Amino acid sequence: MIEFSDLHKEYQGQSVLGPVTGAIEKGGITSIVGPNGAGKSTLLTMMGRLLDPTGGTVTIEGRDVFTTKSRDLARNLSILRQENQFTARLRVRELVAFGRFPHSQGRLTEEDLEHVRASMEFLNLTALADRYLDQLSGGQRQRAYVAMVLAQDTEYVLLDEPLNNLDMKHSVLMMRQLRRAADQLGKTIVIIIHDINFAAAHSDRIMALRDGQVVTTGTIGEIMRDTVLTEVFDTPVKVIEVDAKPIAIYYS
Amino acid sequence: MKTGRLALRTGAVGALLALTTASLLVGGYDITIGNLFSDPAAREMFFISRVPRTLALILAGVAMSVSGLIMQMITQNRFVEPTTTGTAQWAGLGILVTLIIAPNTPPLTKMVVASVFAMTGSLVFLWVLRRVALKSSLIVPLIGIMLGAVVSAVTVYLAASFNLLQSMSAWRSGGFSGIVRGHYEPLWVVGAITVAVFFLADRLTVAGLGRDVARSVGINYERVIFVATLLVAVATGVTSVVVGFLPFLGLVVPNIVSLVRGDNVRGNLPWVAALGAALILLCDLIGRTVVAPMEIPVSVVLGAIGAAVFIALVLRQRRHAAF
Ligand SMILES: Nc1ncnc2c1ncn2[C@@H]1O[C@H](COP(=O)(O)OP(=O)(O)OP(=O)(O)O)[C@@H](O)[C@H]1O
Ligand SMILES: [Mg+2]
Repeated sequence: MIEFSDLHKEYQGQSVLGPVTGAIEKGGITSIVGPNGAGKSTLLTMMGRLLDPTGGTVTIEGRDVFTTKSRDLARNLSILRQENQFTARLRVRELVAFGRFPHSQGRLTEEDLEHVRASMEFLNLTALADRYLDQLSGGQRQRAYVAMVLAQDTEYVLLDEPLNNLDMKHSVLMMRQLRRAADQLGKTIVIIIHDINFAAAHSDRIMALRDGQVVTTGTIGEIMRDTVLTEVFDTPVKVIEVDAKPIAIYYS
Repeated sequence: MKTGRLALRTGAVGALLALTTASLLVGGYDITIGNLFSDPAAREMFFISRVPRTLALILAGVAMSVSGLIMQMITQNRFVEPTTTGTAQWAGLGILVTLIIAPNTPPLTKMVVASVFAMTGSLVFLWVLRRVALKSSLIVPLIGIMLGAVVSAVTVYLAASFNLLQSMSAWRSGGFSGIVRGHYEPLWVVGAITVAVFFLADRLTVAGLGRDVARSVGINYERVIFVATLLVAVATGVTSVVVGFLPFLGLVVPNIVSLVRGDNVRGNLPWVAALGAALILLCDLIGRTVVAPMEIPVSVVLGAIGAAVFIALVLRQRRHAAF
């Protein structure tokens, strides 16, 4: 379980998040949703110890993420940020292999190579393995980043908008892979996602943020309601059922 | 594929050996492989001046190109190296300060002082870099070049006030003509630094992907940056004292290797070292032969070739306008 309490972040005295208190349950997929600027990335990057909070604590299975040794934590938790702009020219295979760093410290074993191979296959990258990152399309690059994180093979996986740049097919594929990782390997996956219907279809729980506060956290059934969604997104939303699945309509 | 790579490696080693041999044999005093065995005076000359000079060239070439490689990874910028970040200029200032305060300082002390100054220079550069919002790839070396220019100006002013302009211009022109036995040996520290970089290689590559990626795979980013900066400072400090100012080598060499092989430091390191040594040997040979019996300092030749490659890289970058 990831727990955060009184967590807040200010920039130049301006509060952008919190103080918030809450938890991400162990196991399954939790989607974080909310409008632009709600503080989703801020929350996620603090949970992944990439951003120092102004105050408050984050613990993962009881261990403080800001004081636990980074190398130990890296075997337990991996995170991908929303924006990734690399100037270094690496091949897909090399990038994904660096996901194994916490386990191998650079000397790749057979087991590491197997993780790298599986992770690339998971994301349909095998044919692109020897391409340089700057020779890929935006969506292919995004998949390479996710493959690197999955190769890290941690119990907790935090992904900030992993569907960025992905086409419909690859979005569904990615969600299925994450689903499989959660169900079969027992991983705890937290993703930030903009398409509420995608979140509802593929995750177990939804955490909704707005204006730097956690508005609500709950199961799909609890969140996929007209009143809740209308409040979170500050725009009229209607939930209907298609094939026994809740679908939010917000086009009108 | 495999044989192609083998051929490339064999070719590289062959070229390096040929350049080394040429560097050993070319010069004012007539030394051939034949008279090395028959003429004791030639042999004496060979070991007192030719061998040290060639070794110094190779070590300095490795030092500057590996330093460039390290700096490019830790700043995530292709255009930095010790002379475009102010690091080398600070080392020069350090040397001048020892000349002013204690003119008879032994070389080892000078090297320590120069390294400390180089470290300061790198840290100032990194500190300024952190405070600049616009990290476009050309702004970064521009900042470094300006910092270097300020330090150079202070150095020249101080040198002029203490009547040391001549020693400083000798430093500035980075020559190998004065290198003899008993003078170049500290450069062997470069070998130790290259080994250290080899052990740090993966961490440097990941650092090249930025602080966040480094942290998320459990690397202590700040420590890697610090150790890398320290290695560069020592390499630059020692090279500055023994040889002087060697511009552009650290820029040209890692960039050419990166164009061909990407940016994986571990695999690139031997290539960067070999190409660095080859290029400086070549520039030195040019400098020694075109106006023989006079010499053009190697830094001048390097400056001319390096500037051309630098401009070519900038133009190439413009075409790939994406970043
Ligand atoms: N470095 C910064 N300095 C000042 N303000 C910042 C900084 N980073 C983020 N913010 C502000 O913090 C707020 C929350 O940002 P955050 O990135 O967490 O939003 P988000 O919910 O992820 O939005 P999006 O859906 O657009 O990614 C925003 O209002 C943003 O402007
Ligand atoms: Mg965001």
